[in-house]
Amino acid sequence: MTDETDTGPDSFPTPPLSFEDGEGREITVRTLPSTDDDDFEALVAMYDDFDPSMRAQGIPPTGESRIRSWLETLVGGDAYNVVAWHEGDAVGHATLVPDGEEGYELAIFVHQNSQGCGIGTRLIRTLLGYGAANGVTEVWLTVERWNHAAIALYEKVGFETTNAESFEIEMSMDLSAVNAQTDSTG
Amino acid sequence: MKVLLGIGGSDDSLDALDRTVERAVEAGDELTVAVLDNPESERSADEVIDHATAVLEDAGLDADVRHITGDPGSELVQLAEREDFDQVALGGGERSPMGKIRLGHIAEFVLLNAPVTVTLVR
Repeated sequence: MTDETDTGPDSFPTPPLSFEDGEGREITVRTLPSTDDDDFEALVAMYDDFDPSMRAQGIPPTGESRIRSWLETLVGGDAYNVVAWHEGDAVGHATLVPDGEEGYELAIFVHQNSQGCGIGTRLIRTLLGYGAANGVTEVWLTVERWNHAAIALYEKVGFETTNAESFEIEMSMDLSAVNAQTDSTG
Repeated sequence: MKVLLGIGGSDDSLDALDRTVERAVEAGDELTVAVLDNPESERSADEVIDHATAVLEDAGLDADVRHITGDPGSELVQLAEREDFDQVALGGGERSPMGKIRLGHIAEFVLLNAPVTVTLVR
């Protein structure tokens, strides 16, 4: 690949971003600013169809009403959300949620039918670029210690482990030196 | 059943207190409430003891409330062993800003080291 995934952690794309995934499908990453449009409904539908065995640390919740109330706490407030689209379907979602102090908690979910084709990497990098362009500096996350695929993704984009003493590993990243690319072509 | 509820001052602890008291009334459990010094909690042990006493009074449940000092996880496990409790109950974890469940150090220690069933109350 010769696109933005090879440029290293000091430079992230900003949304919107379009690319061809590993399956040759056209994928677009866009922001999700509000709960009251069709994009939000499509995201609810993605989570409603999410493989329950791929849940982590209690999220996403199951059942449409629980999914909806969970997403309503993430979208439309002070959080930053990006969604990956294939045709009309939401296939991935990543979010930065303010932690009430200086930092933002990050999470990313890619639908089970769209995993393993490079969408997660693009999605998380675009989210970080979106956050950096809006002044977000401190980003952290927790991940179950057996979730090697997720840990490898987070390390690849520049996260470092800050606490490994608990059930979950805590990782963080400083975005203050990041240069968000306004070039959305990747 | 002889139940030992361990609570610090976190929100999930106080929720576990309400639910465990309710359950003890229904099931006729013999409940002991152990108030732990949780350094991660904002409420003091005295506040938590007062709160627990009030909740028990409201429910009309006669239960011991004890303040446990020292390492909270270890002391709770030792108490469960020493006094032959059938079960230990704890809060089910706090939620991160994202909504992820996070288990504290006390819960982790008790889950791994308790000789009896441990209930995490959600």
